[in-house]
Amino acid sequence: MAELVAVIASTHHPFFYRASTATGEDRPPFADEWVRKVEAFRETLTRARPDVLVMVGSDHFHQLWLDNMPQFLVGKAPFYDANFYNEEREFGLPRMLFKGQEDLSAYVLREGIDAGFDLAFSNELRIDHSITCPIITLRPQNDLPIVPIYTNIFAPPLPRPSRFVQLGRTIRQLVEAWPADKRVAVIGTGHLSLELGGPRQFGPHGPDPEFDQKAVGWIASGDIEGCLAEVTLDSLWTPGNATHGFMDFMLMMGVAGEGRKADYVDTYDLFHTMEAYFTWYPNGGGS
Amino acid sequence: MSKYLLDKFLFTVDRDPELVERYREDPRGTVAMWEAEYANRILNCHDGESSTWLRFDDVEREALATHDYPALFGLGAHPFLTLTLFIAMFERDHEPLGFQLEYAQRLAHFAMPYPDIAT
Repeated sequence: MAELVAVIASTHHPFFYRASTATGEDRPPFADEWVRKVEAFRETLTRARPDVLVMVGSDHFHQLWLDNMPQFLVGKAPFYDANFYNEEREFGLPRMLFKGQEDLSAYVLREGIDAGFDLAFSNELRIDHSITCPIITLRPQNDLPIVPIYTNIFAPPLPRPSRFVQLGRTIRQLVEAWPADKRVAVIGTGHLSLELGGPRQFGPHGPDPEFDQKAVGWIASGDIEGCLAEVTLDSLWTPGNATHGFMDFMLMMGVAGEGRKADYVDTYDLFHTMEAYFTWYPNGGGS
Repeated sequence: MSKYLLDKFLFTVDRDPELVERYREDPRGTVAMWEAEYANRILNCHDGESSTWLRFDDVEREALATHDYPALFGLGAHPFLTLTLFIAMFERDHEPLGFQLEYAQRLAHFAMPYPDIAT
């Protein structure tokens, strides 16, 4: 059976690539500390020595559109091109190409459907910065095959938070039951409080620092029950109009497990949004 | 009222560099052209298979034709789509972050709950 060697939850900040590669006058004052934190976070994945990465993210109206919108979608392809013209334009992100772990995709689809999730699939998926950003931060050599899993945190009606947690639990069960001698890391990215295209956007901090503190506490302590008691589809509008991306963090809490404290926690308070990085080693590993 | 069609306009223009420039320079003309030629195209479908019923109402058409992004916010257009396209068109005319902050300021009269974006 495959071994789940690391569970990683992170924000996906599209400006990291440009900030970290900028030099001279173009380099923002917060870049050096940001790079230091990201490199320390990267080490938490490196030491788990994964063979395969399951990548949970969300399409930002790139390939998936309102005429045919899946709630949860699994990519099943031998390759995935990545990043789109408007991400090059706005964030300076590079075009990328990933290898797919197609047999694990097939396994997740078959077993996931049988486990009660009517998963959509794509045999030709171009992935966006919700998945390329964590590759840039955590595995910049981009040498591992992936299984991309997209969630709808963007186009209402959305699945409820509890459904994200359930999917996370199911993904863990499927990975651990996959009959392959592989070391698998599950990496998912979302947001803390975030406002995009609204009156609270691009402030000196995230739009709701109080929510961010609470959210980091839930994730770090694995407090799924406490989180589900407070977080609803309606409540997530209050911290910022793009905060439903927090449900991908809740999915990752489901992967990590109820009451499971994160083995690594770091945050970085930036303008616009707070960065947050978490790693769990399910088997006390990392060795 | 069609939030879906507003979103479809923003989505299809944003992904096409030529349309982005055309909409920046000639918003009214671009909206008219788009409504005639693009509004009923089913994306990811064969070209010959189009819809027959999609059109803007007057308020929506005017908001797009005047680059009135606060009005689009009020109509429930998806804020991510609006922001992304308007950054592409107008960030270049401002200091770094200047456009984004002006954008927030022009929406400052909106209180929670914001207009519904469900389509």
